[in-house]
Amino acid sequence: MTNVLLIIFTISLLYLGIAHRLLTYIKILTIQGILLFGIAFIELIEINAVNLAFVLLETIVIKAIAIPLFLNYVMKRNRITRDAEPFLPNFVSLILITLIVITTFILSNAISDTRISKIYFVVAISSLFTGLYIIVTRHKLITHVMGYLVIENGVFILSLAVGNEMPVLVNLGILLDIFASVFLLGIFVNRIGDVLKDADVDQLKSLKD
Amino acid sequence: MTGIYLAGAFGISGLLFFNRSRVMNYLLVAAFLILQLGFTVYEYLHLDKTELTYFTPDALGILLLATLSIISIPAVYHSYMYLGSKQDNPGHTAIYFAAMVALLTSVSAAYLSNHIAVTWIFVELTTLSASALIYHRRNNRSLEGTWKYVFVCAISITLVFIGILFLSFSLPQAGADDLSFAHLLRKAPELNQFWLRLAFIFIFTGFTAKLGLVPMYTAGIDAKDKAPSPAGALMSSVLMNVGFVGIFRFYTVISHTAVHSWANHIILIAALLSIFVAAVYMTKVKNIKRMFAYSSIEHAGLVMLGLVAGGVGYFAAVLHIILHAFVKASLFFQQGQIYRVYQSKSMYDVGNYFKYNLTGSMVMLLGFFFATAMPPSGLFITEFMMFRSLFEAGYLWVLVVVMLLLTVIIWAFGKNIFKLLFSPPVEFKEEGVEKIRPVESLSQFILLGLVVYLGLNPPQEFLHLIGEAIKNLPQ
Repeated sequence: MTNVLLIIFTISLLYLGIAHRLLTYIKILTIQGILLFGIAFIELIEINAVNLAFVLLETIVIKAIAIPLFLNYVMKRNRITRDAEPFLPNFVSLILITLIVITTFILSNAISDTRISKIYFVVAISSLFTGLYIIVTRHKLITHVMGYLVIENGVFILSLAVGNEMPVLVNLGILLDIFASVFLLGIFVNRIGDVLKDADVDQLKSLKD
Repeated sequence: MTGIYLAGAFGISGLLFFNRSRVMNYLLVAAFLILQLGFTVYEYLHLDKTELTYFTPDALGILLLATLSIISIPAVYHSYMYLGSKQDNPGHTAIYFAAMVALLTSVSAAYLSNHIAVTWIFVELTTLSASALIYHRRNNRSLEGTWKYVFVCAISITLVFIGILFLSFSLPQAGADDLSFAHLLRKAPELNQFWLRLAFIFIFTGFTAKLGLVPMYTAGIDAKDKAPSPAGALMSSVLMNVGFVGIFRFYTVISHTAVHSWANHIILIAALLSIFVAAVYMTKVKNIKRMFAYSSIEHAGLVMLGLVAGGVGYFAAVLHIILHAFVKASLFFQQGQIYRVYQSKSMYDVGNYFKYNLTGSMVMLLGFFFATAMPPSGLFITEFMMFRSLFEAGYLWVLVVVMLLLTVIIWAFGKNIFKLLFSPPVEFKEEGVEKIRPVESLSQFILLGLVVYLGLNPPQEFLHLIGEAIKNLPQ
């Protein structure tokens, strides 16, 4: 069952490559949040009940509800246009993300360790590089944040791989989540809409040598 | 005591955030400084005594904590000077001091933590508190600096976390408490090499954002440029040391495993590229603060070279990072005064500084000599030791390349500093230039004096502490 969810997660990465509209990105992030909830539920069932409840609550409340709603709010408030504005055509993105997944797949063959199941490694590393890819090839600040959130989801999956043995690490992953939410809140809600009328990376190019 | 310190300092930070009265602000900041100094002395007297399970004041932690405490006093003083000269509104001042106290506290906690995950948490906190400092001016450019800094640091903190996860995979048997540095050191030979390599790459890359090395150095430059100069001084001294602590402690573990020489190669490449990048940008950069920031990158690269070379290089690396913190802090403090005279950071607008601020220009001249490691600077001693260790370790070609790059850096640094000090400025209106009181440069002379003292005639206890800090590295 976990494998099915993880594979759906990987497919959502591919979908991210060809999505046109920012709303689709937000929907994908919601779906990923729900998938993470499912994976965490199945994987962590052995850890103590309070911690499990906390982790599950966090994934469903923050990842699947709060962050997508918040991104929606930011888009409306700052009147961000709906297009994701990639630098590269979607077809190329799809090919590249597929290549990323295949490469990590091949790389995972180098693992001789039986304790860690390889699929976690593959999914986590592919979402790390997909996230970085989204960050470098999209034009808007908000898509950069979305790319970061994809990376974070990948990291959460990786932490689930040892979740039963070290629940502390899953909690640390949640801390990372909270950190990201704080910086999102701090920067976006406060000012970026007021100082920069259209949150676009082009406006953030004055600091250089 | 660690518990009292953390609770007290974060409490003070919270109170500062809500406080709008000027007198209360002075009192709270003074209380924090006393707490900070008291804590440093207490931890020094209780060396290697673990508190709250996760905090152990080992020799390296104490050395850097003392460095932080020494720098924090002038940093607060210059912050008052800086804010006083700008008539900021009380709300912004409150956020500034709250963020500064939170930054200093989380940096101290990160120095002392004996567990890689705890270090990670406090590094995260430093990013948040530093971003409030960078954003202090609240204009477009500081927003850009803040955004870039936070974003790059967020990604690098995620990379460190991935590294920690890989590290936990590499352990033979997992357990809740297993990621403390002491335990990792004991288990070092048994760690799984495949995961350890991945862990090292991710953790190293992540911490380079704080230490200021290739590949993640970029955000730090913008941040040090846009932050107010006292905050910039903290960021290129004590905050850099946080990155160093993270890398150094993990490197100590790595040095007992089979991947040691492989890790050395990674660090060597990053260090050489950093010095190269610093050399290239130093020749081109026209902003004084950014020039200092690039000089920090050069020094971070040199410190890493010391680690790679081994032998006496370890000693030199630790001494270098401490002395560099003093030099760079004093340069940034002085930069605040330069800005008050010329109202500009650009190389094109400044000049003839000797005429407008004699004591300040003495600091600048000395600071230049010290930062480029000319005698009597303590950095001269450490760089000399590093070169010797590189030579002894057989990295002759590295030595040649580094020396060439350093020559370029000295030339570029000197060109800009001498323009600032001696050439007359173009279209500069002399009337209404702010008179800087000589006493404001006192802290910089003291810091530079410390660099000479600790470099040329270090007290026995200081040497002993550095020896303790590097005792776990292979000799």
